[in-house]
Amino acid sequence: MEIIYLLIPVSLLLVGLMVWVFLWAVRSGQFDDLEGPAHRILMDDDSPTIEPPDEEEKNKE
Amino acid sequence: MTSAETVTEAVADRADTRAATTCFHCGLPLPAELDLRVAIEGRDEPMCCHGCQAVAQAIIAAGHGGFYRYRTHMPPSGRELVPDFIVQTRVYDHPDVQKSFVRAEAGSVREAALILEGITCAACIWLNERHLAQLPGVLDVQINYATHRARIRWDEKRLRLSEILQAVRAIGYEAHPYDPQRQQQAFERERRTHLRRLGVAGVLGMQVMMLSIALYVGDWSGMETALRSFLRWTGLLLTAPVLLYSAAPFYRGAWRDLRNRRIGMDVPVTLGILVAFAGSLSATWSGQGEVYNDSVVMFVFLLLLSRYFEIMARKRGAETAERLGQALPAMATRLLPDGDQEQQDVVPVADLGPGDRVLIRAGETVPADGQIESGNSSVNEALLTGESTPLRKHAGDELVGGSINVESPLTMTVTHVGMDTVLARILRLLERAQSQKPAITRLADRTASWFVSGVILAAIVVGLYWWQQAPEAWLPIVVSVLVVTCPCALSLATPTALSAATGALMASGLLPARGNRLETLARCTHLVFDKTGTLTRGEPALSAIHTLSGLSEQELLHRAAALEGQSEHPLGKAICRAANARELPGVSGLENYPGAGIRGRLDGRTWYIGSPDFIGQHSKADASALQRASEQGLPGTRVVLADTDRLHALFILQDALRPDARASVEALKQGGKQVLLLTGDNLQAARQVADQVGIDSVHADMSPQDKLDVLQALQRKGAVVAMVGDGINDAPVLAAADVSIAMHDAAHISHASADMILMSDQLGALAEGAAIARKTLQIIRQNLSWAIAYNLIALPAAALGYVAPWMAAIGMSSSSLLVVLNALRLTRNRRAHTSPAG
Repeated sequence: MEIIYLLIPVSLLLVGLMVWVFLWAVRSGQFDDLEGPAHRILMDDDSPTIEPPDEEEKNKE
Repeated sequence: MTSAETVTEAVADRADTRAATTCFHCGLPLPAELDLRVAIEGRDEPMCCHGCQAVAQAIIAAGHGGFYRYRTHMPPSGRELVPDFIVQTRVYDHPDVQKSFVRAEAGSVREAALILEGITCAACIWLNERHLAQLPGVLDVQINYATHRARIRWDEKRLRLSEILQAVRAIGYEAHPYDPQRQQQAFERERRTHLRRLGVAGVLGMQVMMLSIALYVGDWSGMETALRSFLRWTGLLLTAPVLLYSAAPFYRGAWRDLRNRRIGMDVPVTLGILVAFAGSLSATWSGQGEVYNDSVVMFVFLLLLSRYFEIMARKRGAETAERLGQALPAMATRLLPDGDQEQQDVVPVADLGPGDRVLIRAGETVPADGQIESGNSSVNEALLTGESTPLRKHAGDELVGGSINVESPLTMTVTHVGMDTVLARILRLLERAQSQKPAITRLADRTASWFVSGVILAAIVVGLYWWQQAPEAWLPIVVSVLVVTCPCALSLATPTALSAATGALMASGLLPARGNRLETLARCTHLVFDKTGTLTRGEPALSAIHTLSGLSEQELLHRAAALEGQSEHPLGKAICRAANARELPGVSGLENYPGAGIRGRLDGRTWYIGSPDFIGQHSKADASALQRASEQGLPGTRVVLADTDRLHALFILQDALRPDARASVEALKQGGKQVLLLTGDNLQAARQVADQVGIDSVHADMSPQDKLDVLQALQRKGAVVAMVGDGINDAPVLAAADVSIAMHDAAHISHASADMILMSDQLGALAEGAAIARKTLQIIRQNLSWAIAYNLIALPAAALGYVAPWMAAIGMSSSSLLVVLNALRLTRNRRAHTSPAG
C-alpha cells in the first residue's frame, strides 16, 4: 500500500493540470458558444453551391 | 464644478474649535495623517477620507446640506467611493451624455434605464428599490430581476443621476447606465466567471469524492490510521480551493445580507458550508470524528450548477427584449444637399435628429422613425409586430425604426429619434411589464425571507437539542438542516418562469404592457370583442363586382379606379387598392360631390361613380334597373359605376374579416373561454360578422354605458373578463375589464393604455397568449407546491437526524434544479411551437 503515498500526489498534479486546462479553455472562449459549432459542422464547404478549393486549383492549371 | 470653491483642504488655521475626532460624514475615527475638510453650512467639517469628502461635496453641491441637519444615523462610509468613480459618474450628469438613456418628462422629471451589477436574488432587488426610493427626489424605482435593469424616475432639481449611481454603490452594488453593448459584455463576464467556479468545483469535487469512497470503505473494512489521516488531509487540500474560490459568491452574498441587516438564502448556505468544513478540519486535525469534505464540494458544485441554469434561463427569457434593444443599427447614411448633387454621409445613429434625410438601402435596418420621402419597397416589421410578411410601403408612409427594408432603396425624413421612437416606447412598456411582479411572486418573496430566518432559528434549536442528547451527532444534523432546506425554489424560479413567459408572449405578437396581468389572463373565462373593427379590418374592401354592361370586370375596375384615383374617401381607396393597377386610363374634368360620388370624362364620355342615389340623380339610366341591381347579391355598401346613359357595374364593399378571425375564435373557445361580441353597430351587421367567425353571443346597438353594464353584470356573476378593443375610443370599458387588450398598429402604441397590446393584425396571438399565460401560471404553481412540499418533508427529516449531509446536498440542489428546469420548459415549448411555422 506504500505506493499510494506516491500515486496520490501524482494524481494531485494531474488534477492541477486538469484545472489549468479547464481555466485555459474558459479563458480562450471554448465554452462561449455551445450551440453554434454543432450547426457549423453541418454547413461545411462541400455544399454544391461552393466550388471546392482543389477544383479551383485545377482550373488554374 | 463650482462646489470646488466651497471646499477647503488642510487649512489648519481655520480648523474647527470643536475637538472633532470622528468624520462628520460617516462617523468613523479621523486618521491622524490626513486633514480633509468640507464647508458645510458655514463650518469646515472634518472628513476621514477622500471618499467621504467627495460624497459630502456632492451632497452640498446638490443643495442637500439639510441632510446633515436632519439625519438620525450616519450614512455608510464613502470609503469605497474613490474620487475616480465620482468623476466617472458625474460625467453622466451631462445632458449630452444622458441623451441616449434618459428620457425627459414634464418639468424637471427624468427617467433613466440603469443596469445593476451584483444582484443575486430577489431580496437584493427589494433592498435596492427601498434604498433608492428613500433618496430625496426619487419618484419611482422599479428593478427587473430577469435583466437586472432598473427604471428610475427622479426630479432633476432635487437629485442628480450621479448621486443615484453613487447611492447604489454605497450599499455594495454597482449601477451603470443601460447600454445593450455593455449589458452583453457584463453578461459574458458573469457567465465565464461562473463557469470557472463551476468547473473547478466539478474537477476537484470528483477527486474528493474518490478519496471519500476509499475512506468509507476503510471505515467499514478497517484502515491504517496513518493512511486514513493521509487521505483525509489530501481531501482537505482538494476541498480548500472549492471553498475559497468556487463558493466565494455565497460568502459575498451572505456578507452583504448581514451588513444590510437582512437574511437571504446565501446565509444558510454559507453557514452550512463553513460549519461542515470547520467540522472536517477539526476531525482531520484530531483524527477523531467524521469528515464532510465530499458533502461540501458536492453542495457547492450542485448549487453552482443550478445557478448556472438559472442565469441561462434568465438570459433566454430576456432575449426578445434584448433583440429589440439591439434592433437599431449603429450607423446611418445621411443625405446632405450639396449643390445639385446629394452628398452621402455616414453618421452614428445617435447624431440623427428630426428633419434629417437618410438613405436606407435594400437589406438595411431603418435607423429611426420617419416618413418615406421617395422610393417604393416592402418593409419587414417582424421584430416589432411578430408578423413575418413584409408590408408594402410607398412615399408618404410611416417607417418604424428597427424594421428592415427588404427590396429597394428608400429615402426617409426622420421624425423621431432616440427615446421618442416607437421601438423605445415598446421597450419601455416591456420593461415596465417585467418589473411589475404578480401577486403570487410578491407572496413567494415575502415567504422565502421569513422561511430563511425560520431555518436558521430551527438549526440553532436543533443543534442545541442534539448537543445535549448526542454530542457527536449535532454537527452533521445542523449541517443537514441548513443545507437541505431550499428557499431558492421559493423565490428564484417564479421570476424565471415569468421572464420566459414575457419573451414567449412578445414573440407571438402580444406585448405585455403591465406585468401583473399575466395571471389574470390565465384565469379569464370570458373574452369580449368590443367592436366589429377588432374582428374585421375596420376598413372596407371590395368583395364583389356585378357587371351590368358588356365590359369585363377588369376594365370596369380600371375605370372606377381612374375616377376614384384622387379620392380620399375610404370606399374610393378600397376600389383603387382592389384595382392595384400601375397604368389607369386618363381622366379629365374630375368633379367631386363630397359624400355622394365623382364625375369625370373618360374615353370621350361622362362617367359617374358613387352611391345608388347619386347615380339615380345624375345618370339617365333606368331607375328600376338601378333598384334591382342594388338589391342583388351580398349585404354591404354599394357603389355604382355608370355613364350618362346606362349602368355599367355594381361594386359591393364590405368590412373584411381579418384572415385568422375564425380560427382564433375557434382556438379561444377550445381553450375554454366564452367569446362575446359587444358592438355599437346595428344588429344585422354585428350578427353577420359573428356568424362568420362563430361567435354565438352578440350584443349590438350598445352605447359605451351599455357595454360597461354588460361587462359588470358578467363580473358580478364571477366571470373574469378579458376585453379586446382599439384602446382609445372605449377606454372606460377597457379599464373596467380584468384584462384589457388593445388592437394597435405599432405606430400608435403610445396612446394605448391597455394591459396588453396586440402588435399585429394576427388575432391568433390572443389564443396563443392565453395559452402561454395559463402554462406560466401552471408552472409557477407547480414550482411553489413542489418547494413547499419538499421543505415540509425535508426539514423535519433532517432535524430528526435521518438525512446525512451528502443527502441534504443532493436533495436541496436537485430541488432547485428541478424548479428552474421546469420554468425553462416555457421557452422550450415556444421553440417547438414556432419552429415549424418559422
